[in-house]
Amino acid sequence: MSHTAAAQPPSADTERGVEVEKLNVTRHGRDILRSINFSIPAGQITGLLGPSGSGKTTLMRAIVGVQRITSGSVRVLGRPAGHPSLRHDVGYVTQAPSIYMDLSVEANVRYFGAMHSRKREDARKAIDAVDLGALAHQKAADLSGGELSRASLACALVSEPKLLVLDEPTVGLDPVLRADLWQRFRSMADAGTTLLISSHVMEEASHCSSLLLLRDGGLLAWLTPDELSRQGRSADLEQAFLHVIQQSEATVA
Amino acid sequence: MNPQMMLATTGRVLDQLRHDRRSIALILVVPALLLTAVYFLYENETLPPGVPRTFDRVGLMMLAIFPFVVMFLVTSITMLRERTTGTLERLLTTPIHKADLLFGYGLAFSIMAALQSLVATAVAYWIFNLDIQGSPLWVVMIAVINAVLGVALGLFCSAFARTEFQAVQFMPVVVVPQILLCGLFVARDRMNEVLEAISNVLPLTFSVDALREVAENVEATDLMWQDVSVMGTIVLGVLVLASLTLRRQTP
Repeated sequence: MSHTAAAQPPSADTERGVEVEKLNVTRHGRDILRSINFSIPAGQITGLLGPSGSGKTTLMRAIVGVQRITSGSVRVLGRPAGHPSLRHDVGYVTQAPSIYMDLSVEANVRYFGAMHSRKREDARKAIDAVDLGALAHQKAADLSGGELSRASLACALVSEPKLLVLDEPTVGLDPVLRADLWQRFRSMADAGTTLLISSHVMEEASHCSSLLLLRDGGLLAWLTPDELSRQGRSADLEQAFLHVIQQSEATVA
Repeated sequence: MNPQMMLATTGRVLDQLRHDRRSIALILVVPALLLTAVYFLYENETLPPGVPRTFDRVGLMMLAIFPFVVMFLVTSITMLRERTTGTLERLLTTPIHKADLLFGYGLAFSIMAALQSLVATAVAYWIFNLDIQGSPLWVVMIAVINAVLGVALGLFCSAFARTEFQAVQFMPVVVVPQILLCGLFVARDRMNEVLEAISNVLPLTFSVDALREVAENVEATDLMWQDVSVMGTIVLGVLVLASLTLRRQTP
């Protein structure tokens, strides 16, 4: 197997975020993830990139601790993934917004906040953070796709998790809002939150401190955006990614 | 267990119902309307002196059966939605304890069931002069226990349905046999041995027996309490089974 850049982590930061070692996940006899190794330092934004079907969601689920793994180890903030003590510290936002459609935005955020003993003001703050203040009392069912995914994000922000795992949070958002959100992610990371964000939009990769490139269940590369454009010989990260894939296929062949 | 999370869940489930005015109306009004129909169904029966009206027997049992059926349906659909929309998985990544979730549901629907049976019992008692020896409050209590039984079975059965269509199909499987065999249509001691043996272990049977005790005795009897505690035990057992279907980790 060829891991173009699996040798060196992009940063030497020692604080523990996520450590994944020899992770294998098999589902219905299919290898979904194959011997994945990497570690994310705390307080960074890591982008998880790859085409659809490459195993991004499964990897995120394994880190959150809801995915049964076949072998290997996943440690989060120094503890095994899914450990009960992590339930206050890890926030997970699925790709499809998982909130109660028959409740208002505020009721949703307050309910998930209650699981972490958060109060009304915390809910308010989380709603403002995703710019839904004006729609706080709207029923979720009446929101647009982009508003829904932001409401879902607010339900995770309310607990101020130390690790935030976001599955394609910017899908369906307009460019202005997308830039806003990335700015917010950046300031969260600066405040010490570890973020793992999946995307299939390569231009978003430039917002990340490090990138995990996933393809067919294997970790193709683990590098910084700069390294990606250097290795892929293109400033356009999409082109660079394609080039890295071609390189890896050439090596295999 | 964490009472705060449990109550937050109860509040959330009631809030969801509150946005659905039509369902609330159906829950509160339909049993009373059906009871009215049953009353007029037997309106013209001719009875030998001293024999109680059929309405007093059937109407009473229906007071216990309504909350069971309605809450089974409402819960299995609500919980199925929770499973299919991903909110359940999301909840289980939070510190909530499974018991908080299950008892939160149980409490929310018990409140609805109590309101429902208060309306239905009031109609039966004051409008149609339901003739029973015991206090109608016992009837409401047994109705609420039945509702919680419906909730527990609904939570459990939702694990075996992938779609709302399938969930509804569990009603003929889980609910109808209990109604057929609880003694409403044929007295249980007149059933054949197989059917009687089955009816002996079905939860609804115990509540119908308990109601008969209420109907025939002014004071609460030991037998009523015995039936009620058997019901309580069954409800707890089914809730434990339901909690086993809530998995924090899935393949």
